[in-house]
Amino acid sequence: MVAASALLPRALHPVAWWVWAICLAAAASQTSNPLLLALIFGVLGLVVTARRTDAPWARAFKYYLIMALIVIAIRVVFRSVFGTGITAQDTILFRLPRLDMPDWYAGIQIGGPVSLQATLAATIDGMRLACLLCCIGAANSLANPKRALKVLPGALYELGVAVTVALSVAPQLVESVQRVARARRLRAGKSRGLRALRAIALPVLHDALDRSLRLAAAMDSRGYGRTGTASARSRRLTGTLMLAGMAGLCVGVYGLLDPGTPRAMGLAGFAAGTALSVAGLYVGGRRVSRSRYRPDPWRWPEWTVAGCGLLTAFVFYLGTGYDPATLNPGLYPLQWPTLPLIPAAAILVSATAAFASPPPPAPPRSTPPAQRRSPPAATVQGASK
Amino acid sequence: MIRFDRVSITYEGAPEPVLREVDLDLGEGELCLVVGHTGTGKSTLLGAINGLVPHFTGGTLDGRVTVHGRDTATHPPREFADLVGVVGQDPVAGFVTDTVEEELAYGMEQLALGPAVMRTRVEETLDLLGLADLRHRGLHELSGGQQQRVAIGAALTAHPRVLVLDEPTSALDPVGAEDVLAAITRLVHDLGVTVVMAEHRLERVIPYADRLIWLRGDGSATIGQPAVLLQEATSVPPIVHLGRLAKWNPLPLSVRDARRHAPELRRRLPEQAITAHRQDRTQAGEALAAKDIIVRHGPVVAVAGVGLQLKPGQITALMGRNGSGKSSLLWALQGSGRRDGGAVAVVAADGQHLDPGKVKAAVARRLVGLVPQTASDLLYHDTVDAELAQADRDGATPGTARTVLDRMVPGIAGGDHPRDLSAGQQLALVLAIQLAVTPGVVLLDEPTRGLDYQAKAGLAATLDQLAQAGRAVVVATHDVEFAATVADRVIVMAEGSVIADGPAPTVLTASPAFAPQIAKILSPLPYLTLAQVSAALREEKDDGW
Repeated sequence: MVAASALLPRALHPVAWWVWAICLAAAASQTSNPLLLALIFGVLGLVVTARRTDAPWARAFKYYLIMALIVIAIRVVFRSVFGTGITAQDTILFRLPRLDMPDWYAGIQIGGPVSLQATLAATIDGMRLACLLCCIGAANSLANPKRALKVLPGALYELGVAVTVALSVAPQLVESVQRVARARRLRAGKSRGLRALRAIALPVLHDALDRSLRLAAAMDSRGYGRTGTASARSRRLTGTLMLAGMAGLCVGVYGLLDPGTPRAMGLAGFAAGTALSVAGLYVGGRRVSRSRYRPDPWRWPEWTVAGCGLLTAFVFYLGTGYDPATLNPGLYPLQWPTLPLIPAAAILVSATAAFASPPPPAPPRSTPPAQRRSPPAATVQGASK
Repeated sequence: MIRFDRVSITYEGAPEPVLREVDLDLGEGELCLVVGHTGTGKSTLLGAINGLVPHFTGGTLDGRVTVHGRDTATHPPREFADLVGVVGQDPVAGFVTDTVEEELAYGMEQLALGPAVMRTRVEETLDLLGLADLRHRGLHELSGGQQQRVAIGAALTAHPRVLVLDEPTSALDPVGAEDVLAAITRLVHDLGVTVVMAEHRLERVIPYADRLIWLRGDGSATIGQPAVLLQEATSVPPIVHLGRLAKWNPLPLSVRDARRHAPELRRRLPEQAITAHRQDRTQAGEALAAKDIIVRHGPVVAVAGVGLQLKPGQITALMGRNGSGKSSLLWALQGSGRRDGGAVAVVAADGQHLDPGKVKAAVARRLVGLVPQTASDLLYHDTVDAELAQADRDGATPGTARTVLDRMVPGIAGGDHPRDLSAGQQLALVLAIQLAVTPGVVLLDEPTRGLDYQAKAGLAATLDQLAQAGRAVVVATHDVEFAATVADRVIVMAEGSVIADGPAPTVLTASPAFAPQIAKILSPLPYLTLAQVSAALREEKDDGW
């Protein structure tokens, strides 16, 4: 049974988007096949255009794309300027003027011949990095970062509050600086230099301090931290568990991503790290009793979106059913890369996120579609309200 | 409900307690107003109700404060969250989340209420305060009045038995303030919440108050019926002064009550006031002439082609709702703000006509002095003396700024930190700094915000001094009562244009909604201020009536 109400306009659970995006990033990190990378780019673009909202954070994807292009450009330029490792089989495109380095600085060469293969390798490498970047960007523009903070486990609640408050204070600080700098002209003060810094910073900091004290008082009288009495022992236990867990996770992720490390070690580290962290969060969260207003539900679209991502990542990691070499085609001899069918299909499965997820809620101020379709008389009535 | 048992509060380092041996007993569903001058301990009294004083502020509390039997000595403020809702002066400072709905739910999340309860309470509160259309809006896109209503709603969702409001309207324009006060009185009547409130705009809330707590300034507190206590209180609205003058008993607290007494007084008063509402000090000549001023902020036209002539010695009140372009106009006239069109000519000391927007900032401030809305933005030294010395260095002979300050508000100690001064003293200090270079035109943007009646009277006297010295003064203000006492001329702006410009008595009495209280009570007689009424009554006595 699939409930259709799950597809009514609403925000998808932020964790689902993050799982989906991280899995795509994991898949991208496994391949250097430009066709597959391009396919991932396409899927990201499709899903982001289909399912992002009008909110400010949702417009960030463009900036991630620009950053991705810069990454590729830097990669190619550096590879051309510091052109090392050119072999005899390389096709030389052109030669840059070569800078002769002193003897003690041998090994690094600036300028010289630029080969087609090196440039291609740099482009593909850059593409992979850019792809990872865009995956994170997609998650950021699809999931409301503030709602994402809300799903933090109870033990990290304080951290979430601190970030939320910081996010809302930043624009106020900017406004404060502008106001004081403008007021400074009234005393004909200089707006540059050390003296001006003092004259602007002091009122602004004073403002900020005042505001934070008032915020603290308000939060206290509204019951913040009512049940936050952890014993010293439970705090130490939480700390130890979390630290060990994080270390385990680091080892595990490194083991999984680095081909040189035995896979079993990576898996074991990952599992142990996860278990320890979960235990730490559980112990830390026990002392917190707090409810959540309208938490994002986890229904079948969330399962589908997260599931698609996981499936893609598994196909790339297991490497069964197709020739794993096609994921990383060689550049010697130079040839058009082949598109392995199963990995390509796996990436396309991820694209279903664009249709399996509910559309984002309409922006609050626009008229709901139902009213737009109503007869003209009703529209006039609606407008006059 | 709330009981203060011989409560004394002393802040650390203070020689005297702020409150001394205060006994109070407030019942359920009461609306209690705390009155007193600035610095008499109003905020301290309010903060003591949920234990913010002394748990959060520091200091010593002797005696006992209990709310619904819960003692603040043994419970920190957060454990009063289900009993006492607190709303401060600046709603934005207390917001933790970023949308209306989440802010309303925040308190309940802390109390760990169930999801179903939270949903229904949020819906109820949205309706109660008329916020349903704004539920998904960001808190920072709302107007001041809407923000304050959200803050009250956020306190209400926890279903507190007591609501504490510390000057909830002092940062709002009249319309916003009206909204908020209407919401509060409705709450008292509908929900029976006990409300304890401090408020500067007494004229708006006194009719609804059941009892007053009057802080006399020596640490003592007197509680009693408004009509009785106001006979002797010192910080009162014009209507009470009029009632005392005409010896009306019981003292009327609303315009409606006063008008029932008024026919008798109107018969005694002459048709035309025998004195002007204030002594006009306008001189011949022109201090400033502005032509076709245009200010744009992005796509918004803030000032749409305003022309203006100011005469030396004339005080002009600039009125209009928030966002009508008052501030933008003042900043454009001074030359520091944006100006997208038009010309300004100010007569300099040597008789030359200069445009403050086209000269250096140091020259511009000698032509036109502006005190911005947040006056403290101009203060950045550690002591009053250092600020004054800096002002002298910026183009005056040493000692000028101090002389100017002492003429306005004598007795501000040189060693005090400027930020520790009261709002009225801070304003005087900033004004002294701006006046040290003797500009011919003085502009003040909303100077009456957060001032009590005494400080306002002080400011009015200062402005009169300036007019006497031949300065042209413009005051942007929302405060009709203040405008009635200081202004010779009133300009009303709406949507960036001037919609009314004329002598204060004509403009202020043109529409009853925006008239000062005395005018409302005595209409159709053209009286604006208490001084006019008392002068007429004195005359009458001399005639042997």
